[in-house]
Amino acid sequence: MAGGEVLRQNLPEKLEESPSGANELHVLAVDDSLVDRKVIERLLKISSCKVTVVESGTRALQYLGLDGDKKSSIGFDSVKVNLIMTDYSMPGMTGYDLLKKIKESSVFREIPVVIMSSENILTRIDRCLEEGAEDFLLKPVKLSDVRRLKDFIMKGEVKEGEKRCCKRSRSEDCSPSPMTHPCDSSLLSSLSSSSVLSPLSPSTLSSKKSRL
Amino acid sequence: MDKVRLQREAAFIRSSLLDQGYLDEQFIQLEELQDNDNPNFVEEVVTLFYTDSARLIYNIDQALLSNPTDFTKLDDYMHQFKGSCSSIGAKKVKNECNGFGEYCEVQNYDGCFRTFQQIKQEYITLKKKLETYFQLLKEAAQIK
Repeated sequence: MAGGEVLRQNLPEKLEESPSGANELHVLAVDDSLVDRKVIERLLKISSCKVTVVESGTRALQYLGLDGDKKSSIGFDSVKVNLIMTDYSMPGMTGYDLLKKIKESSVFREIPVVIMSSENILTRIDRCLEEGAEDFLLKPVKLSDVRRLKDFIMKGEVKEGEKRCCKRSRSEDCSPSPMTHPCDSSLLSSLSSSSVLSPLSPSTLSSKKSRL
Repeated sequence: MDKVRLQREAAFIRSSLLDQGYLDEQFIQLEELQDNDNPNFVEEVVTLFYTDSARLIYNIDQALLSNPTDFTKLDDYMHQFKGSCSSIGAKKVKNECNGFGEYCEVQNYDGCFRTFQQIKQEYITLKKKLETYFQLLKEAAQIK
Protein backbone atom coordinates (compact mmCIF):
# COMPACT_ATOMS: atom_id res chain seq x y z
CA MET A 1 0.00 0.00 0.00
CA ALA A 2 2.78 2.44 0.93
CA GLY A 3 4.37 1.99 -2.50
CA GLY A 4 1.14 2.95 -4.21
CA GLU A 5 0.76 6.06 -2.11
CA VAL A 6 4.29 7.27 -2.84
CA LEU A 7 3.62 6.80 -6.53
CA ARG A 8 0.53 9.00 -6.40
CA GLN A 9 2.53 11.79 -4.74
CA ASN A 10 5.12 11.62 -7.51
CA LEU A 11 2.56 12.29 -10.21
CA PRO A 12 2.31 15.86 -11.44
CA GLU A 13 -0.62 17.93 -10.22
CA LYS A 14 -2.17 17.81 -13.68
CA LEU A 15 -3.63 14.44 -12.77
CA GLU A 16 -7.08 15.37 -11.55
CA GLU A 17 -8.58 11.92 -11.33
CA SER A 18 -7.89 9.82 -8.25
CA PRO A 19 -9.10 6.21 -8.05
CA SER A 20 -12.34 7.50 -6.61
CA GLY A 21 -13.61 10.66 -4.93
CA ALA A 22 -12.11 10.14 -1.51
CA ASN A 23 -9.21 7.84 -2.40
CA GLU A 24 -11.61 5.04 -1.63
CA LEU A 25 -12.49 2.15 -3.86
CA HIS A 26 -16.21 1.90 -4.57
CA VAL A 27 -17.31 -1.70 -4.82
CA LEU A 28 -20.68 -2.89 -6.04
CA ALA A 29 -21.47 -6.29 -4.50
CA VAL A 30 -24.25 -8.47 -5.87
CA ASP A 31 -25.58 -11.50 -3.99
CA ASP A 32 -29.01 -13.01 -3.47
CA SER A 33 -28.01 -14.47 -0.08
CA LEU A 34 -28.97 -12.43 2.95
CA VAL A 35 -26.08 -13.82 4.99
CA ASP A 36 -23.49 -13.35 2.25
CA ARG A 37 -24.52 -9.76 1.62
CA LYS A 38 -23.87 -8.95 5.25
CA VAL A 39 -20.51 -10.67 5.25
CA ILE A 40 -19.21 -9.20 1.98
CA GLU A 41 -20.30 -5.75 3.06
CA ARG A 42 -18.30 -6.09 6.26
CA LEU A 43 -15.27 -7.53 4.46
CA LEU A 44 -15.24 -4.56 2.11
CA LYS A 45 -15.87 -1.92 4.77
CA ILE A 46 -13.10 -3.29 6.93
CA SER A 47 -10.86 -3.01 3.88
CA SER A 48 -11.76 0.69 3.66
CA CYS A 49 -13.91 0.41 0.59
CA LYS A 50 -17.11 2.23 -0.13
CA VAL A 51 -19.77 -0.45 -0.56
CA THR A 52 -23.05 -0.72 -2.38
CA VAL A 53 -24.76 -4.08 -1.95
CA VAL A 54 -27.65 -5.25 -4.08
CA GLU A 55 -29.58 -8.49 -4.13
CA SER A 56 -29.78 -9.23 -7.84
CA GLY A 57 -28.24 -8.67 -11.23
CA THR A 58 -31.29 -6.67 -12.23
CA ARG A 59 -30.81 -4.31 -9.31
CA ALA A 60 -27.12 -4.03 -10.17
CA LEU A 61 -27.94 -2.97 -13.72
CA GLN A 62 -30.50 -0.49 -12.43
CA TYR A 63 -27.91 0.99 -10.11
CA LEU A 64 -25.43 1.35 -12.94
CA GLY A 65 -28.11 2.80 -15.16
CA LEU A 66 -27.77 -0.04 -17.65
CA ASP A 67 -31.28 -1.37 -17.46
CA GLY A 68 -32.45 0.66 -20.43
CA ASP A 69 -34.83 2.71 -18.31
CA LYS A 70 -34.04 6.26 -19.33
CA LYS A 71 -35.50 7.63 -16.10
CA SER A 72 -33.06 5.82 -13.85
CA SER A 73 -30.06 6.60 -15.98
CA ILE A 74 -28.79 9.76 -14.33
CA GLY A 75 -25.60 9.76 -16.30
CA PHE A 76 -22.25 8.01 -16.04
CA ASP A 77 -20.60 10.66 -13.88
CA SER A 78 -22.87 10.05 -10.92
CA VAL A 79 -22.08 6.35 -10.59
CA LYS A 80 -18.42 5.59 -10.24
CA VAL A 81 -17.72 1.99 -9.44
CA ASN A 82 -14.20 0.59 -9.33
CA LEU A 83 -15.04 -3.07 -8.89
CA ILE A 84 -18.04 -5.34 -9.18
CA MET A 85 -18.19 -8.53 -7.12
CA THR A 86 -21.02 -10.83 -7.99
CA ASP A 87 -22.28 -14.20 -6.87
CA TYR A 88 -22.57 -16.71 -9.69
CA SER A 89 -25.74 -18.62 -8.76
CA MET A 90 -28.59 -16.18 -8.52
CA PRO A 91 -32.20 -16.61 -9.57
CA GLY A 92 -33.19 -14.89 -12.81
CA MET A 93 -29.99 -13.23 -13.90
CA THR A 94 -26.90 -15.21 -12.96
CA GLY A 95 -23.54 -13.62 -12.20
CA TYR A 96 -22.42 -14.80 -15.62
CA ASP A 97 -25.34 -13.02 -17.31
CA LEU A 98 -24.51 -9.88 -15.38
CA LEU A 99 -20.85 -10.16 -16.36
CA LYS A 100 -21.82 -10.37 -20.04
CA LYS A 101 -24.09 -7.34 -19.80
CA ILE A 102 -21.34 -5.29 -18.17
CA LYS A 103 -18.73 -6.33 -20.73
CA GLU A 104 -21.17 -5.45 -23.52
CA SER A 105 -21.50 -1.92 -22.17
CA SER A 106 -19.15 0.61 -23.70
CA VAL A 107 -19.42 2.63 -20.53
CA PHE A 108 -18.80 -0.07 -17.94
CA ARG A 109 -16.79 -2.75 -19.72
CA GLU A 110 -13.53 -1.55 -18.19
CA ILE A 111 -14.75 -2.15 -14.66
CA PRO A 112 -13.20 -5.32 -13.27
CA VAL A 113 -15.80 -7.96 -12.44
CA VAL A 114 -15.10 -10.73 -9.95
CA ILE A 115 -17.30 -13.81 -9.72
CA MET A 116 -17.93 -15.56 -6.38
CA SER A 117 -19.17 -19.11 -6.15
CA SER A 118 -19.44 -21.89 -3.60
CA GLU A 119 -18.78 -24.42 -6.35
CA ASN A 120 -15.37 -25.16 -7.76
CA ILE A 121 -16.43 -26.08 -11.30
CA LEU A 122 -13.65 -25.73 -13.85
CA THR A 123 -15.89 -25.21 -16.87
CA ARG A 124 -17.77 -22.50 -14.98
CA ILE A 125 -14.55 -20.76 -14.02
CA ASP A 126 -13.23 -20.91 -17.58
CA ARG A 127 -16.47 -19.56 -18.98
CA CYS A 128 -16.35 -16.59 -16.65
CA LEU A 129 -12.72 -15.82 -17.29
CA GLU A 130 -13.24 -16.06 -21.03
CA GLU A 131 -16.12 -13.64 -20.77
CA GLY A 132 -13.74 -11.18 -19.13
CA ALA A 133 -14.03 -11.77 -15.40
CA GLU A 134 -11.01 -10.52 -13.53
CA ASP A 135 -11.02 -13.32 -10.99
CA PHE A 136 -13.12 -16.14 -9.61
CA LEU A 137 -13.37 -16.49 -5.85
CA LEU A 138 -14.51 -19.57 -3.99
CA LYS A 139 -16.95 -18.94 -1.18
CA PRO A 140 -16.79 -18.29 1.64
CA VAL A 141 -14.81 -15.23 0.63
CA LYS A 142 -12.00 -14.33 3.02
CA LEU A 143 -10.52 -11.04 4.12
CA SER A 144 -7.26 -11.98 2.40
CA ASP A 145 -9.14 -12.33 -0.90
CA VAL A 146 -10.65 -8.88 -0.57
CA ARG A 147 -7.34 -7.31 0.42
CA ARG A 148 -5.55 -8.89 -2.50
CA LEU A 149 -8.26 -7.73 -4.89
CA LYS A 150 -8.14 -4.23 -3.52
CA ASP A 151 -4.37 -4.02 -3.95
CA PHE A 152 -4.67 -5.21 -7.52
CA ILE A 153 -7.42 -2.72 -8.38
CA MET A 154 -5.61 0.17 -6.69
CA LYS A 155 -2.47 -0.54 -8.68
CA GLY A 156 -4.52 -0.69 -11.83
CA GLU A 157 -6.09 2.68 -11.04
CA VAL A 158 -2.68 4.26 -10.44
CA LYS A 159 -1.38 2.81 -13.69
CA GLU A 160 -4.39 4.32 -15.47
CA GLY A 161 -3.62 7.65 -13.90
CA GLU A 162 -0.04 7.38 -15.09
CA LYS A 163 -1.12 6.60 -18.63
CA ARG A 164 -3.50 9.55 -18.73
CA CYS A 165 -0.82 11.85 -17.34
CA CYS A 166 1.76 10.73 -19.90
CA LYS A 167 -0.66 11.38 -22.73
CA ARG A 168 -1.01 14.98 -21.63
CA SER A 169 2.57 15.92 -20.90
CA ARG A 170 5.54 13.94 -22.06
CA SER A 171 7.74 15.12 -19.21
CA GLU A 172 10.28 12.85 -17.52
CA ASP A 173 8.28 13.07 -14.31
CA CYS A 174 5.85 10.65 -15.87
CA SER A 175 8.23 7.78 -16.50
CA PRO A 176 6.80 4.78 -14.72
CA SER A 177 8.71 4.11 -11.53
CA PRO A 178 9.71 0.54 -10.85
CA MET A 179 6.40 -0.63 -9.42
CA THR A 180 6.21 -4.00 -7.77
CA HIS A 181 4.52 -6.46 -10.05
CA PRO A 182 1.16 -7.58 -8.66
CA CYS A 183 2.76 -11.03 -8.38
CA ASP A 184 5.31 -10.17 -5.75
CA SER A 185 3.37 -9.01 -2.73
CA SER A 186 0.27 -11.02 -3.47
CA LEU A 187 2.07 -14.31 -4.05
CA LEU A 188 2.36 -15.13 -0.37
CA SER A 189 -1.18 -14.12 0.48
CA SER A 190 -2.59 -15.88 -2.55
CA LEU A 191 -1.14 -19.17 -1.35
CA SER A 192 -3.68 -19.19 1.42
CA SER A 193 -6.46 -17.52 -0.50
CA SER A 194 -9.32 -19.15 -2.28
CA SER A 195 -8.68 -17.43 -5.60
CA VAL A 196 -8.36 -19.47 -8.73
CA LEU A 197 -5.92 -17.05 -10.30
CA SER A 198 -2.80 -16.98 -8.24
CA PRO A 199 -1.07 -14.62 -8.63
CA LEU A 200 -3.35 -12.05 -10.25
CA SER A 201 -1.43 -11.11 -13.33
CA PRO A 202 -2.39 -10.17 -16.88
CA SER A 203 -0.11 -12.88 -18.24
CA THR A 204 -2.04 -15.56 -16.37
CA LEU A 205 -5.28 -14.29 -17.85
CA SER A 206 -4.03 -14.12 -21.40
CA SER A 207 -2.48 -17.56 -21.24
CA LYS A 208 -5.79 -18.92 -20.01
CA LYS A 209 -7.61 -17.22 -22.86
CA SER A 210 -5.15 -18.39 -25.49
CA ARG A 211 -5.82 -22.00 -24.59
CA LEU A 212 -8.92 -21.77 -26.77
CA MET B 1 -23.60 -14.36 38.15
CA ASP B 2 -19.83 -13.84 38.02
CA LYS B 3 -18.64 -12.13 34.82
CA VAL B 4 -15.59 -14.32 34.49
CA ARG B 5 -17.61 -17.47 35.04
CA LEU B 6 -20.08 -16.47 32.34
CA GLN B 7 -17.26 -15.75 29.90
CA ARG B 8 -15.63 -19.06 30.72
CA GLU B 9 -18.86 -20.92 30.10
CA ALA B 10 -19.27 -19.15 26.78
CA ALA B 11 -15.68 -19.95 25.82
CA PHE B 12 -16.30 -23.59 26.69
CA ILE B 13 -19.33 -23.79 24.43
CA ARG B 14 -17.35 -22.16 21.66
CA SER B 15 -14.43 -24.58 22.00
CA SER B 16 -16.69 -27.61 22.01
CA LEU B 17 -18.56 -26.38 18.95
CA LEU B 18 -15.24 -26.05 17.14
CA ASP B 19 -13.77 -29.32 18.50
CA GLN B 20 -16.88 -31.34 17.71
CA GLY B 21 -17.02 -30.00 14.18
CA TYR B 22 -20.24 -28.04 14.53
CA LEU B 23 -18.32 -24.93 13.57
CA ASP B 24 -15.23 -24.48 11.45
CA GLU B 25 -12.60 -21.90 10.51
CA GLN B 26 -15.17 -19.69 8.80
CA PHE B 27 -16.76 -18.88 12.17
CA ILE B 28 -13.37 -17.70 13.39
CA GLN B 29 -13.01 -15.59 10.24
CA LEU B 30 -16.28 -13.87 11.15
CA GLU B 31 -15.04 -13.25 14.68
CA GLU B 32 -12.00 -11.53 13.21
CA LEU B 33 -14.29 -9.10 11.41
CA GLN B 34 -15.74 -7.99 14.71
CA ASP B 35 -14.32 -4.96 16.50
CA ASN B 36 -15.29 -2.26 18.97
CA ASP B 37 -17.23 -0.39 16.30
CA ASN B 38 -19.08 -3.56 15.33
CA PRO B 39 -19.15 -5.56 18.57
CA ASN B 40 -22.13 -7.70 17.62
CA PHE B 41 -21.21 -8.54 14.06
CA VAL B 42 -21.03 -12.31 14.53
CA GLU B 43 -24.32 -12.46 16.39
CA GLU B 44 -25.94 -10.31 13.68
CA VAL B 45 -24.75 -12.63 10.95
CA VAL B 46 -25.87 -15.69 12.87
CA THR B 47 -29.28 -14.11 13.43
CA LEU B 48 -29.62 -13.56 9.69
CA PHE B 49 -28.63 -17.19 9.27
CA TYR B 50 -31.51 -18.27 11.53
CA THR B 51 -33.96 -16.14 9.53
CA ASP B 52 -32.73 -17.42 6.22
CA SER B 53 -32.64 -21.02 7.44
CA ALA B 54 -36.18 -20.84 8.80
CA ARG B 55 -37.39 -19.75 5.38
CA LEU B 56 -35.46 -22.42 3.51
CA ILE B 57 -36.36 -25.21 5.92
CA TYR B 58 -40.01 -24.29 5.57
CA ASN B 59 -39.71 -24.28 1.78
CA ILE B 60 -38.01 -27.67 1.77
CA ASP B 61 -40.61 -29.15 4.10
CA GLN B 62 -43.36 -27.84 1.81
CA ALA B 63 -41.62 -29.14 -1.27
CA LEU B 64 -41.32 -32.57 0.36
CA LEU B 65 -45.06 -32.54 0.99
CA SER B 66 -45.89 -31.67 -2.61
CA ASN B 67 -46.87 -34.32 -5.06
CA PRO B 68 -45.22 -34.85 -7.49
CA THR B 69 -41.88 -34.00 -5.90
CA ASP B 70 -40.04 -31.17 -7.59
CA PHE B 71 -36.45 -32.31 -7.15
CA THR B 72 -35.08 -29.29 -8.96
CA LYS B 73 -36.71 -26.98 -6.45
CA LEU B 74 -35.51 -29.14 -3.57
CA ASP B 75 -31.99 -29.04 -4.89
CA ASP B 76 -32.16 -25.28 -5.34
CA TYR B 77 -33.39 -24.64 -1.79
CA MET B 78 -30.81 -26.99 -0.38
CA HIS B 79 -28.07 -25.26 -2.38
CA GLN B 80 -29.08 -21.95 -0.79
CA PHE B 81 -29.22 -23.49 2.66
CA LYS B 82 -25.83 -25.08 2.22
CA GLY B 83 -24.43 -21.73 1.12
CA SER B 84 -25.67 -20.02 4.26
CA CYS B 85 -24.25 -22.79 6.44
CA SER B 86 -20.92 -22.41 4.73
CA SER B 87 -20.92 -18.66 5.23
CA ILE B 88 -21.18 -18.88 9.00
CA GLY B 89 -19.00 -21.97 9.34
CA ALA B 90 -21.78 -24.41 10.23
CA LYS B 91 -19.69 -27.40 9.19
CA LYS B 92 -21.70 -30.32 10.53
CA VAL B 93 -25.03 -29.13 9.13
CA LYS B 94 -23.40 -28.33 5.81
CA ASN B 95 -21.93 -31.82 5.55
CA GLU B 96 -25.31 -33.42 6.19
CA CYS B 97 -26.60 -31.43 3.22
CA ASN B 98 -24.25 -33.26 0.85
CA GLY B 99 -26.15 -36.48 1.40
CA PHE B 100 -29.40 -34.73 0.56
CA GLY B 101 -27.96 -33.47 -2.71
CA GLU B 102 -26.98 -36.99 -3.73
CA TYR B 103 -30.47 -38.37 -3.08
CA CYS B 104 -31.94 -35.44 -4.98
CA GLU B 105 -29.82 -36.19 -7.97
CA VAL B 106 -31.13 -39.75 -8.23
CA GLN B 107 -34.60 -38.57 -7.29
CA ASN B 108 -34.75 -40.76 -4.22
CA TYR B 109 -37.58 -39.27 -2.20
CA ASP B 110 -37.16 -41.43 0.92
CA GLY B 111 -33.46 -40.68 1.04
CA CYS B 112 -34.18 -36.96 0.77
CA PHE B 113 -36.86 -37.08 3.42
CA ARG B 114 -34.80 -39.07 5.94
CA THR B 115 -31.69 -36.99 5.40
CA PHE B 116 -33.63 -33.81 5.83
CA GLN B 117 -34.91 -34.89 9.24
CA GLN B 118 -31.28 -35.40 10.26
CA ILE B 119 -30.34 -32.01 8.87
CA LYS B 120 -33.10 -30.34 10.84
CA GLN B 121 -31.93 -32.08 14.02
CA GLU B 122 -28.34 -30.95 13.56
CA TYR B 123 -29.53 -27.45 12.76
CA ILE B 124 -31.67 -27.26 15.90
CA THR B 125 -28.78 -28.54 18.03
CA LEU B 126 -26.43 -25.94 16.59
CA LYS B 127 -28.96 -23.15 16.97
CA LYS B 128 -29.59 -23.99 20.63
CA LYS B 129 -25.89 -24.03 21.45
CA LEU B 130 -25.22 -20.78 19.61
CA GLU B 131 -28.16 -19.09 21.28
CA THR B 132 -26.83 -20.12 24.69
CA TYR B 133 -23.36 -18.95 23.70
CA PHE B 134 -24.47 -15.47 22.68
CA GLN B 135 -26.79 -15.21 25.66
CA LEU B 136 -23.89 -15.91 28.03
CA LEU B 137 -21.72 -13.33 26.27
CA LYS B 138 -24.52 -10.80 26.53
CA GLU B 139 -25.00 -11.45 30.25
CA ALA B 140 -21.28 -11.21 30.86
CA ALA B 141 -21.09 -7.91 28.98
CA GLN B 142 -23.82 -6.45 31.14
CA ILE B 143 -21.85 -7.05 34.34
CA LYS B 144 -19.53 -4.30 35.67
